[in-house]
Amino acid sequence: MMEKKKEIFPYGIPDHNLTQIEREIPIEEPPAWPINAELKEVGKRRTRYDARAKVTGDATFTSDIQLTGMLYAKFLRSNVPHASIRSIDISKAEKMPGVHAIKVITTEMDGKETYPDVKYVGQPIAAVAATSLDIAKDAISMIKVAYNEKPFVIDIDDALEDNAPLVFDEPIERQADGGDVGVVHDGSKGQGNRRGPTTSSFYGGPRGDLDKGFAEADVIVEGTYSTQVQTQMPLETHGVVIDWKPNEMLVYASTQNTAGVRNELASYFDLPKSQVRVICDFMGGGFGSKHSAGDFGPMAAMLSKETSRPVWLMVDRKEEHIAQGNRPSSVQQLKIGAKRDGTLTAIQQKSHGTAGVALGAGVGRVAQILYECPNFSTEQYDVLTHAGPGAAWRAPGNVQGAFGVEQAIDELAEKINMDPLDLRDKIDNSEVRKVERMRGAAKFGWSRRKKPGSSPGVVKKGMGVAQSCWPRFVTLNSSIEVRILNDGSVEVRGSVQDIGTGTKTILAQVVAEELGLKTSDITVRIGDTLFPDGPGSGGSVVTGSITPPTRNAAYEVKKKLFQQVAPRLDTTPDMLVAADGMILHKEDDSKKIAFKDALRGMRATQITATATRSDDYGGFQQPWGLAYGDLGSVQFAEVSVNTDTGFIKVDKIVAAHSCGRPLNIGQLESQINGGIIQGVSFALYENRVMDTGTGHFMNANVDQYKVAYAMEIPEIDIEIVEEYNAASSTDAYGIGEPANIATAVAIANAVYNAIGVRIYDLPITPAKILKALNKTYE
Amino acid sequence: MDKKKNIPSSENSNSGISRRGFLRGASLTTAGTILLSSDVLAFEATERSATGKMVSSEGVEIKMKINGTVQSLRVEPRTTLSNALRNNLGLTGTKVVCDRGSCSACTVFLDGKPVNSCMTLALDVGDKEVTTIEGIADGEQLHPVQEAFIEEDASQCGYCTPGMVMSCVHLVENNSDPTLDDVKHATRGNLCRCGTYPHVFKATLSAAKKMK
Repeated sequence: MMEKKKEIFPYGIPDHNLTQIEREIPIEEPPAWPINAELKEVGKRRTRYDARAKVTGDATFTSDIQLTGMLYAKFLRSNVPHASIRSIDISKAEKMPGVHAIKVITTEMDGKETYPDVKYVGQPIAAVAATSLDIAKDAISMIKVAYNEKPFVIDIDDALEDNAPLVFDEPIERQADGGDVGVVHDGSKGQGNRRGPTTSSFYGGPRGDLDKGFAEADVIVEGTYSTQVQTQMPLETHGVVIDWKPNEMLVYASTQNTAGVRNELASYFDLPKSQVRVICDFMGGGFGSKHSAGDFGPMAAMLSKETSRPVWLMVDRKEEHIAQGNRPSSVQQLKIGAKRDGTLTAIQQKSHGTAGVALGAGVGRVAQILYECPNFSTEQYDVLTHAGPGAAWRAPGNVQGAFGVEQAIDELAEKINMDPLDLRDKIDNSEVRKVERMRGAAKFGWSRRKKPGSSPGVVKKGMGVAQSCWPRFVTLNSSIEVRILNDGSVEVRGSVQDIGTGTKTILAQVVAEELGLKTSDITVRIGDTLFPDGPGSGGSVVTGSITPPTRNAAYEVKKKLFQQVAPRLDTTPDMLVAADGMILHKEDDSKKIAFKDALRGMRATQITATATRSDDYGGFQQPWGLAYGDLGSVQFAEVSVNTDTGFIKVDKIVAAHSCGRPLNIGQLESQINGGIIQGVSFALYENRVMDTGTGHFMNANVDQYKVAYAMEIPEIDIEIVEEYNAASSTDAYGIGEPANIATAVAIANAVYNAIGVRIYDLPITPAKILKALNKTYE
Repeated sequence: MDKKKNIPSSENSNSGISRRGFLRGASLTTAGTILLSSDVLAFEATERSATGKMVSSEGVEIKMKINGTVQSLRVEPRTTLSNALRNNLGLTGTKVVCDRGSCSACTVFLDGKPVNSCMTLALDVGDKEVTTIEGIADGEQLHPVQEAFIEEDASQCGYCTPGMVMSCVHLVENNSDPTLDDVKHATRGNLCRCGTYPHVFKATLSAAKKMK
C-alpha cells in the first residue's frame, strides 16, 4: 500500500461556490497550490515558449528538415476508386537520372505476393525516392499501372442500396489512428456496406425504457440533422523524414504522438523501441489526424533502408485532402420527449455516416450524457464508401452529435415556450455550465434576443446558444523528467509534443512556479522519444496528463536540492522554500541563497527526477474509470442573414469555457479562438465535393475547399471560468476539443432565430437559406 | 509530343492543373534542353521560332539578392522561387502550403512588394531584391510586428506565421494608421488553420501604434 498524506485543496468555482476539500494524496507529491490569484507564473499570460522562433522563420518543422544526402520521396496514388491491379511497370521510371529507389506496395495473399486492391482514389500504390522532389514527381508519372476497374460507390445512400458495390466483403477493424478516444466503432457487425450499430460508449449502453419515456412526454421533437465531410487540412501536411542508420532509425515526424509513431515503426519493422527515435520539435497542425505513422512512415523507412540515405516524404496538398483524413459525414435522426416543464423523458438517436474506407463515423456521446434523461438509446452506423479514410478531427463524433442535439433542444424550448437558456438551467446538472451560461449571457447580452424571424428588414439578425461536454481524459502512461544543472539551468524533457497548443510554455510555467523561478528561466526539450514517454496530443489529454507529473518531478528535484543546501544554511530541508529566484528559510530572513548559487554548489553536475502521472486524487468515476468532471462550454452566436442573397455573416461569438485550473490565459484564448473559427468554417463553408461518377475529390486544394479566412472572422469574446476539483497536483486540463463542439450548432440556432426557418444540414450556404425562404432564382 | 506527359501531376489524373503547373510542365522536355523565351509561356498553337538562350537540364547558375546579400544558385527553369529559397538556400522560413497561390504562406517581398513565391519562377526574379521572413528582423532586433505577434500570442502551430508576418509588415510599412478592416484586407489571402486571426489583428494594430 502506497503511503498517503492529507492535504487541503481549493474546490469549486471562485466567485461562485469556492470552498475547500481534504484529499489523501501520495506522500511524495507536493502540497496543494492555492487558486491562481495567489500564484506567480501559473494562470498568467506568459509569452509562448517558441514564439520568437515562429515569427522569425527559425522554427524548423519536419517539412523543413534537410539532411546531407537526403532523397525526396513521392507516392504514386490510384486515380480510380475501385480496382484490382494487373501490373505495375516501373521500367521507365527507374531508368530516370536521379531516381534512387522505387518501392511498390504489395501484400501477401495465399502465400503469394500481390498488389492490394484499390479502394479509393488516392490510395498509395508505389513511391519513388530521388535526388529532388521534381525528379520524384516526374518519375511517378512514368510508372504505368494497369487496373481492372470495378464498380464503386461514393454516395452514402447509394452505398446502402441492396445491390451496391461492396467496399469490403469481410469484417474490418477500426483504423488504428489512435486519435478517436470516443466510441469504439464496430466493423465486425452489420452487412453490405453498413457496419455496426454502436449502441454504447464508455459511459455505458442504453438506459431505461424508451416507450415508457415517450408515453410520459407532453411534447416530442423529431428531426434529421446532417453534417458534411470536413478535411483537417493542416498547413503542414502529413509526413516524415527518416534516416535509418545501422543502430538507429531516426525519424523526424509531423505528428501528434511521437511515442505512438515510435511504437508503430518499431512494431512494423520488428525493432526494439530503443532503436527507433522520433523527434517532433515544431508541428504544423494536425487537428486529430496526425497520430499514426501512416503509409508514409513505413514507406520512407523502407526507402531509407534501401538507399542508405535519409528520405524526406511529405505528402502534397492534394494528397493531404484525399488520403490523410477527414471528419466523417453524419445523418442523425433524433427523437426527444419532454414534459411541459422541460424535464426530458426520452432521447432516441440513430445515425449513419461515412468515413470512406475507414470506420469511425459515429456521432459521439452528446445525446447520451449532456442532459439528464432516464430513457435513452443510440444506434450509430458506419457506411463504407470508396472514398478516402476518415480520421479523428477535433472532438470526433461530438461536433456532429451536438449539431443535432443542441438544435433539437432549441426546438423543444420553443415548443414549450421557454427561453433556451432557462430550459438548459432546468435539464443540465453541470454547475460549471450554469456559471458559463450566466457569465456568457451577460457578456453576450442574451436579453437582446427576439422571437424567431421577428428581425425587421432585409438583413435579419439572430442569436443562438449551444452547449458542449467533453470528458476529462487522462493518459496515466505519461512521464516526464525535470533536471537542474550546476550552472543554474533548469530543463524539462519528455516525448510529449507541442502541436501549437503551447505545451512547451505551460510546462515551463509549472516548473517555474514550483521552483520559485520565472517561466523564461526554464529550458523545454520535448517532442523527442529519447526522453520519457508522454501522452499523444489527442482528446484534450495533454495538459491533464503531463502537467501533474511535471510539477511532481520539479518538486522531487527541489527536495533533493534542499537536502544539499540545508547544511550550507545551517538548517534542515523542511525549513526551506523556493521563491523569487531564492532559496529561503521559512522563519529566519538571514538564511537564504540565490537559486543559481545553490545550484553551483551541487555535489554532481545535475539533479534529475522523472515522474509519472498518478491516479486522480479522489479516484476515478466508476464503473467507467473516467476522471470526474467535464470540460463543458456554452457558446453564443450572433449572425446577420441577408434574406435577398442568402449571405450569412457571423457577427459575434461569446464563448464561456472551463478547463479546471487555467495555466496560460493567452494560449487558452488562442486555442478557443481556433476552435470557434473552425466551427464557423464548418458551419458555413467547408465541404468535400466528390464526383460520384469518377470517385474523385473535386475540390482537393485550398482555393476551392473554402475555409474561413480573415474576412470571415467574427468578433470573439472569451470567458474562462476557473474551476478547482482537487484531482491532481496541477488540477489543470486541456481545451482543444471543447472549443470546437458548440460553435456550428450555436450558429445554426442563431440562423433560425434570424429567419424563422431551420436549416437541418451543414454547411449552411446562401443557396440553402434562399431555398428555406422559398426564394429561388432560376 | 504527348501533351499529357508534360504535366508533372502526382496522380496521372485530369484534375487540378493549375496554370503554373502547366507552365512548369511546359519547361520540362524529355530532350533535356529547352529554349528560354517568353514564347515558352504562350498558349498559341502555332509554332514560331524562339529566341533565347539554351539551358541544360542541369539548370543554370543565377545570382539573386536576398535579404541584402547577393547569392549564387543553380536552378532549373521550373524551379519556383519558394523551392529555390527552401531547397537551394536553406531559407525554410518561407513555407509552401497550397503550392498554387491561394494561401500566402510563401509570401516574400520582391522589391518590397508581397508576392507568392510558389507562383514565381526563380528565373523571373532577375535583379529584383528578395526579402524573406529571415530578413525582416534587423539582426537581433525584431520588427515591431514580430514583437507584437509574440506579445499578443499571434502564432499557434506557427506554419502560417511567416507569411502572416510578411503581410502585416507590408501593411504597417505602408499605412501608418491602419484600421481593423485594413488588417483584415492585408491578411485576407493568408490561410491560418489554427485560427490565429484575432490575435494577428490585435498584434498588427498594436505594432502600427508603436511605430507611430
